[in-house]
Amino acid sequence: MDFMVFQYPMISVQACLDGILLGILFALIAYGMALQWGVMNIINIAQGDLVILGGYIAYFMYLYGIHPAWGVIVSPIIMFFVGIAIYKLVINKVVDRDLFISILATFGISILFMQLMNFAFGADVVLANSDYGTTMLFNSNVVLPNSKIFSAFISILFAICLVIYMKKSKLGRAIRATAQNARAAKILGVDTEKVYAATFGINAALCGVAGALISITFTIHPYMGLPYTIRSFMIVIVAGLGNLPGVAMSGMGLGVFEEFADYILGTEFRIGSVFLLLVLILVYRRFKLSRKREYLK
Amino acid sequence: MNKNNLLLYSGILIFGIAAPFLFPAFKVQLSILCVLIVLATTWNIQGGEMGYNSFGNILFYGLGMYLCASVQVGMFFPLAEWTESGGEKTFVHTPAQFFQGMAVGLIVAAIVPTIVAGLIGYSILGLRGHYFAICTLGLGVAAGEISGGIEIIGAGQGFTTPPFPDVGSLDSRGEFFYFLSFFVLVLTFIAVRAIYSTRFKLILNAIRDNEDKAEAMGIETMKYKIVGWMISAFFCGLAGGIMGGLVGYIDSTDVAFDGREMGVFMVLMAILGGKGTLWGPIIGATVFHIFKEGFWTFFLGWQYVALGVLIVVIVIYFPEGIMGWLREKYPERFGEVVDEKDRKAQVELK
Repeated sequence: MDFMVFQYPMISVQACLDGILLGILFALIAYGMALQWGVMNIINIAQGDLVILGGYIAYFMYLYGIHPAWGVIVSPIIMFFVGIAIYKLVINKVVDRDLFISILATFGISILFMQLMNFAFGADVVLANSDYGTTMLFNSNVVLPNSKIFSAFISILFAICLVIYMKKSKLGRAIRATAQNARAAKILGVDTEKVYAATFGINAALCGVAGALISITFTIHPYMGLPYTIRSFMIVIVAGLGNLPGVAMSGMGLGVFEEFADYILGTEFRIGSVFLLLVLILVYRRFKLSRKREYLK
Repeated sequence: MNKNNLLLYSGILIFGIAAPFLFPAFKVQLSILCVLIVLATTWNIQGGEMGYNSFGNILFYGLGMYLCASVQVGMFFPLAEWTESGGEKTFVHTPAQFFQGMAVGLIVAAIVPTIVAGLIGYSILGLRGHYFAICTLGLGVAAGEISGGIEIIGAGQGFTTPPFPDVGSLDSRGEFFYFLSFFVLVLTFIAVRAIYSTRFKLILNAIRDNEDKAEAMGIETMKYKIVGWMISAFFCGLAGGIMGGLVGYIDSTDVAFDGREMGVFMVLMAILGGKGTLWGPIIGATVFHIFKEGFWTFFLGWQYVALGVLIVVIVIYFPEGIMGWLREKYPERFGEVVDEKDRKAQVELK
């Protein structure tokens, strides 16, 4: 336990700013998860592994001398097709089935991806260096890497583009109709199969963007996927489906929580505290809901 | 029917006792098989009978593993010095100390997870469906991450369990662990069979089929759910304690709270054999273990890829499992009366 963070206010400011910038990234991943959860009623455990795969695409561009920031454009395009391939091979067979089946199937995909990435890219922790420098605030007491600011900015940009796309385009309307009532949408001529594939592809593309940004700002490792899945799941259940401001807010909240947990408990408990927070949130939710149920009686 | 059953059970029992002498080279594998069957059978109590698909039974398994080894060491030597590297060379258990420690350790390893299950059961088992699945997944991983940060049990690098003492013959280690795990397996089987022949099992099935309706019928579902989970935790803890001694080395994320391997195996084995049957998990675990040991060597280095593909294939194409398939093929054997006309009508419909 280390309470230095409360004795020096500047560290708190640093942790808050870091957390908010990190949380915006989490919110982007969570938005993808909310999308597929709402439309297809599937919880994708492989979400985090898609993120890491997207990160490796940017990392490889960096290795071949291209600036990794271009990964923000290349990675979603590749990941979109990866997502469609996963949908065609596995997900379309579990869409209408029991939720546990889809959880287990995506868990299998997650293990598969983890190991394939381990073979293909090695088990080292890597990062793509963007050379963006740092920004000093408050008399150099708070240090923010420009790459984090860049990644938050890009995340917001992509989220806004996606929201507009969902509102205005034909496919976006079809996706929203399918989310509301798949049967009715089918009757009214929406090709739900295509909508599902597109949804999963868009989700994978979002993961690709987030992964590319993570490879610039943080580090990536083949086995680091599951925490991202858990974080996005947590953000979605706190915010609720289809509540974009809520997703952004709870994403930032989670980011700040993590930074403070990192300072207070130590880095070795960071991931553990995320998982523990998930359990606590679910338990809190269960007691809140059970009170509501009793009230309804 | 009853006589047949008796013959079958005594046959299996005799085979189980004779197995280490028939296949002396596979003693460790057979012990692991026993542990796997225990895990699959106890997972089935929630996953199959109760409909609560838990990824978190690994929590009790890992807890039992750490507790058993810690008690075994801590009873005679300072645990902190042991876990600093090389402790097992400075302190040596005499045979009496080893077995005494193992006995006490196993008792603790069984009881503490049961209490933990009872304590967290009320809050966790109130969750439904996928929330429960993800929550238990989180529990398992959180336990692994947190135990990886605790200094006294070796933190991230883990610690070695007490080596088997020198009691004369070289085979005795394998035989000891085999008979221990076989004993636990028999114990589990008797307990689960006894449970499945009572009203308790019917209540669990009622919870699986429609929990709200069961509650409306006046069953205190929460009580039964917690008891069911505690039974699982008891045997998972025992299995973990044995496995710790068998492997000889405990590590937070790779051996004890190994959600990626053991945690998935137990779910997979139960589904492969057939959820919600007594024999399903046993058959599933046996088939899975034989497949794993037989083919893992061909996939050297690619095991997890094979595992991932296996999960996807089983879940998508074979969700009913072996017992479910048999049941569809020979419904008469399972005591189901099939109306010939009805079946023909169904075939024609298809």
